[in-house]
Amino acid sequence: MNVLASLWRLLDERFELAPVVEFITHKEVPQHRHSWAYYLGGLTLFFFGIQVATGILLLLYYRPTAEAAFESVQFIVTRVPFGWLIRSIHSWSANLMILSAFAHMFSVYLLGAYAKPREATWWTGVALLGLALGFGFSGYLLPWNELSFFATRIGTDIVSKVPVIGAWLLKFLRGGEEVTGATLTRFFGFHVAVLPMITGALIGLHLAFIQRQGMHVPENLGKEAQQRKPLRFLPNFVMREGVVWLAGLAILAAVAAFFPWELGSKADLFASAPAGIKPEWYFLFMFETLKLLPAHVLGIEGELVGLAGFSLAGLVWFLVPVLDRGSVRGQRARFFLFLGWAALAYIVSFTVLSFAGAFK
Amino acid sequence: MTESGADSRLTRSGFLTWLLGTSLGATLLAAAYPVFRFVIPPEVAEAPVNRVLAAKLSELPVNTGKIFRFGAKPAILVRTPAGDVRAFSAQCTHLNCTVQYRPDFQHVWCACHNGHYDLQGKNIAGPPPRPLESYRVDIAGDEVFVSKGA
Repeated sequence: MNVLASLWRLLDERFELAPVVEFITHKEVPQHRHSWAYYLGGLTLFFFGIQVATGILLLLYYRPTAEAAFESVQFIVTRVPFGWLIRSIHSWSANLMILSAFAHMFSVYLLGAYAKPREATWWTGVALLGLALGFGFSGYLLPWNELSFFATRIGTDIVSKVPVIGAWLLKFLRGGEEVTGATLTRFFGFHVAVLPMITGALIGLHLAFIQRQGMHVPENLGKEAQQRKPLRFLPNFVMREGVVWLAGLAILAAVAAFFPWELGSKADLFASAPAGIKPEWYFLFMFETLKLLPAHVLGIEGELVGLAGFSLAGLVWFLVPVLDRGSVRGQRARFFLFLGWAALAYIVSFTVLSFAGAFK
Repeated sequence: MTESGADSRLTRSGFLTWLLGTSLGATLLAAAYPVFRFVIPPEVAEAPVNRVLAAKLSELPVNTGKIFRFGAKPAILVRTPAGDVRAFSAQCTHLNCTVQYRPDFQHVWCACHNGHYDLQGKNIAGPPPRPLESYRVDIAGDEVFVSKGA
């Protein structure tokens, strides 16, 4: 104890840490019937931490070339001690991270936490979800298997439909006209250097905004939050968040161990797309929608209409703190609440129906 | 200090700000341009492929298809139920997947978004917006040659 106390004195003397500790010990988290939503962002951060740790471990063996990528992952899962587990955790944790990020985003949206003064927190959050999807898309290609090869062909072809700069973007992403080893090397660079750097900076901003502004209390729960005693951040909230993390870890360990992530067969650039090909579950709702659209809608190619629709919806979602003008005064427009539920219903129903095989 | 002196000092500092700003802008631009060019790979000179030996006729039974390499892109050779041999680009016009011949449908199919093409390469069902590009087929003995410009 003496050692700790003198270490603290030593640090405080040099860095004046007392105000920081003061801030943390006085920080409080409001309590009301929807305070469960406060734990979801932390859970997403926990899975991100797992991604960083397991990702670094995988880097010790992974080789980012078309000739060696598949074989190196095969080596990891068959020969390296616990390699199958590390890779399985990396893949499963990626999916759980996106799931909890979606849950976090929808709870924030439906409870109206995007409203002024928290616009920038919402924007950094939506950008972080975009980055998480970018991580998922770029990481999916890295094992260089059949499914990931076609998923990348489709995904990058979608990008080429962007007006004016589409062709440039396609070449930038693919490292040429086609998906080849050049694409793999690029995606590797995005996945382990570019995206982590931007994500790290944005997480820092996102958390700083939350610390500065405190937790949002939904407009209709203000009275309840005033009546109930707030939770002290340290140690009470941190301990509870710890329990949530442990639950997340338990689920992750169970699925990673009992359902090891498959490797599939090596990508063949000159083979047909296999029957039953599907993207990751979080892209399924878009995938099925694109399948349902006819070849032409009002004389315009169907997929262009679909992609324009998704882009517009994404933009509205991003700009909701500005578009929902009443939210500034604590009066959210019913339309935007309805929009949130409709988006959730659409994404969930299309994903579930796709898994159930409703779309042929 | 006179008013004109204050004015000239303002102009001087304004000029310096402008100079610094534009220099900074020019420096950034000078750094960004090579980066912008660097991220797009150079064109690799490839001998244009206009004609390839796609398959042996004896290895292509009736009502089957075969993917072959046509330059850097995949193409598909189809032996129709009637025994004709046809060749198309194998890249789906919807979102760039590689199509396949489905003997049970007796036509070309794309697994990615359930696109269907008939034996002329015409899009007949599902999301593909255009027909597959078709190629010219020449048969010399047992050898099937495919060339551009059907």
